[in-house]
Amino acid sequence: MPLILTEEQTMLQEAADGFLNDNAPIAHLRKLRDERDPDGVSRDLWRSFGEMGFAGVLIDEADGGLGLGAVEAGVIAESLGRTLTPSPFFGSAVLSATVLKSGDESQRQWLGRIAGGEAIVALAMDEGPKHAPARITTRAERSGNGFRLDGAKSFVLDGHVADTLIVAAQTEEGLTLFLVDPAMAGVSRERTVMVDAHNAARVTLSGVEVDAGAVIGAVGGGEAVLEQALSLGRACAASTLVGAGDQAFKVTLEYLRTRKQFGKLIGEFQALQHRAAHLFTELELARAATLAALQAIDAGREDTSLAASVAKAKAGRVAELAVQEAVQMHGGVGMTDEFDVGLFMKRVRVLNELLGDAHFHAERLARAQGF
Amino acid sequence: MSDLDAFRTQTRAWLEANCPPECRGPLKGEGDMVWGGRDAAFPTPAHKVWLDRMAERGWTAPEWPAEYGGGGLSREEAKVLASEMRRIQAQPPLYSFGVWMLGPALLAFGTEEQKKRFLPEIVRGEIRWCQGYSEPGAGSDLAAIQTRAEDRGDHWIVNGQKIWTSYADKADWIFCLVRTDPDAPKHLGISFVLFDMATPGVTTRPITLISGKSPFCETFFDDVRVEKENLVGTLNRGWDVAKHLLAHERTMIGAMGDAGVGRPLGQVAAESVGLDEAGRLDEPMLRARIAELDIDAAAFRLAMERVGDQVKAKQAHPAIASMLKYYGSELNKRRHELVMAAGGSEALEWEGERSKDGQAARDWLRTKANSIEGGTSEVQLNIIAKHLLQLPGA
Repeated sequence: MPLILTEEQTMLQEAADGFLNDNAPIAHLRKLRDERDPDGVSRDLWRSFGEMGFAGVLIDEADGGLGLGAVEAGVIAESLGRTLTPSPFFGSAVLSATVLKSGDESQRQWLGRIAGGEAIVALAMDEGPKHAPARITTRAERSGNGFRLDGAKSFVLDGHVADTLIVAAQTEEGLTLFLVDPAMAGVSRERTVMVDAHNAARVTLSGVEVDAGAVIGAVGGGEAVLEQALSLGRACAASTLVGAGDQAFKVTLEYLRTRKQFGKLIGEFQALQHRAAHLFTELELARAATLAALQAIDAGREDTSLAASVAKAKAGRVAELAVQEAVQMHGGVGMTDEFDVGLFMKRVRVLNELLGDAHFHAERLARAQGF
Repeated sequence: MSDLDAFRTQTRAWLEANCPPECRGPLKGEGDMVWGGRDAAFPTPAHKVWLDRMAERGWTAPEWPAEYGGGGLSREEAKVLASEMRRIQAQPPLYSFGVWMLGPALLAFGTEEQKKRFLPEIVRGEIRWCQGYSEPGAGSDLAAIQTRAEDRGDHWIVNGQKIWTSYADKADWIFCLVRTDPDAPKHLGISFVLFDMATPGVTTRPITLISGKSPFCETFFDDVRVEKENLVGTLNRGWDVAKHLLAHERTMIGAMGDAGVGRPLGQVAAESVGLDEAGRLDEPMLRARIAELDIDAAAFRLAMERVGDQVKAKQAHPAIASMLKYYGSELNKRRHELVMAAGGSEALEWEGERSKDGQAARDWLRTKANSIEGGTSEVQLNIIAKHLLQLPGA
């Protein structure tokens, strides 16, 4: 498979860019932030995502989606990075939808509702400040014909507005995924207002009684399902990082071409030209690694998990460089809230923590290679 | 897709049957490289068999048209061939500036006669080529070359000096930039010509580098006769050919950022430094740097693949080669710094059997030229800024 987008994928990219620029540009994020919107996310916009088919991009046609692949999901994720649009896309359409595909008939009903942009589903996985899927301690003990859940989750994307939660917890058989109604007794949710004005919540589960039907897939079979969702999520997060990094770079290039100092356009200074050229190169590497990971997922290749780690690490580092250069090259202007570059810097910091930062993924790679 | 699968199956079977065991596994040193030419040297007789078999199929230049001796493969088929060769750690059957640099320029600018004459012998590795570009006064500012070609009716007489001519002392022919119009603006008076290194008046002198040895030479032309039929492209428009060729050279140097069939650095370090109880390299800072390099190297390999696909789909900007050249050579320098760090005092040995006469140290020193040869890193960044980013005044 060539490492370029097909004609159809390019059309989807244009559609996603066009839609987001028209309906949810950075002004949309600012409005939600400045008005201290209690949801922090627009349900109307999410429904439009459903109408456009974006919300169901990864969901099978039989379940109401478009039945497309990871590359298409990545294309949409990249557009979201360019416009910084807060959206349940990542948590619901990528992470949760992937998990729900291994659910039973009734659990799969959620897929149709996600595809329609009607439901927001959140995956509650991490517990500490750093992504550590191997260190999940939330417990699910057998109780009656079901389980009793106890634990605390953090960084749950859209957790405070989710219509249902997917909770990863330890049973005697191993990691297990549960579908949990947030209205149940013992579930409490606290919205965390984050640096990038996107949404995540802390979710506490104390003595939450669910029946056996809440288990998604097999008891103890959560790790494999989660691994799939994580690979997809990491590759899509890499796409969003590429989108955000690329957009910050574009804005910076424009500034280099128009801003004058010492009687010259600052883009004429070789010191800045070389840094811009270096950044361009790094962005191309991140783009290649990200597309390769998405294609690996679609092809079901053996090295998918590591390809996603390479993409997430590389895109994370590169986007970080892009936003740092954006702020620095904009000078004082870049520090002001009025200009967008700071918003890109905040968003990239959050995306870097999401599903493992560059250190986490470099560690995975080193382990896989036995050193 | 099924055609491609069939091609993979056939290719795998053919390689299994035809790649001799001596030609598999990492190269032990420069002596293992087969460069072909009139006085071709082969490390083992099997290496000659391997070259001949691959050349017969045109697989030393897999994507060139079959009518000129190439493999006639599609981009996708060529990728399959490369991955199947990697799978069995097959060594490249031929290292060749003819394949990497001159051939693509001839395909784009050569006459039909030139293509028919030169390309098949490049594919078969019969003629070894060198490149006459740089001069003592024309390094990064390549268009400042002074080597003169005077028109004598049916031929030219060439006088001047080239420098950094890789393997000039071993090459059979040279592709060379000469000034054919001294009065024109510097980019517009240059022509691209080919001639035999055995022509009277050509002499070479090896240059010793910090690595103790090197393929580089100084090359002198003293009244060298060059036939007019050996002009490639248009008279005084050799700069166009040179730029085309440079793009291939840059991609080639960039590709060295990918270690190829060498052993993963983490393994090399594990043998030297050792592992702790948890199975991690017993030198956490070094381990982290190697892991970061691995990520960059993997991403770079994919970026190279992507550029190749973009070229094939006619979506690539010609200046994109500068990106690969820049990053690949910087990456290669980083890698060799880490090879030295991983090897410790053993990597410092300059002589002796154990260190293969200081191969690690010599390779490390050699990489420092990567960001100078074929246009310095700074020149590549200038090109990116000007042609890809359209920055003002660049």
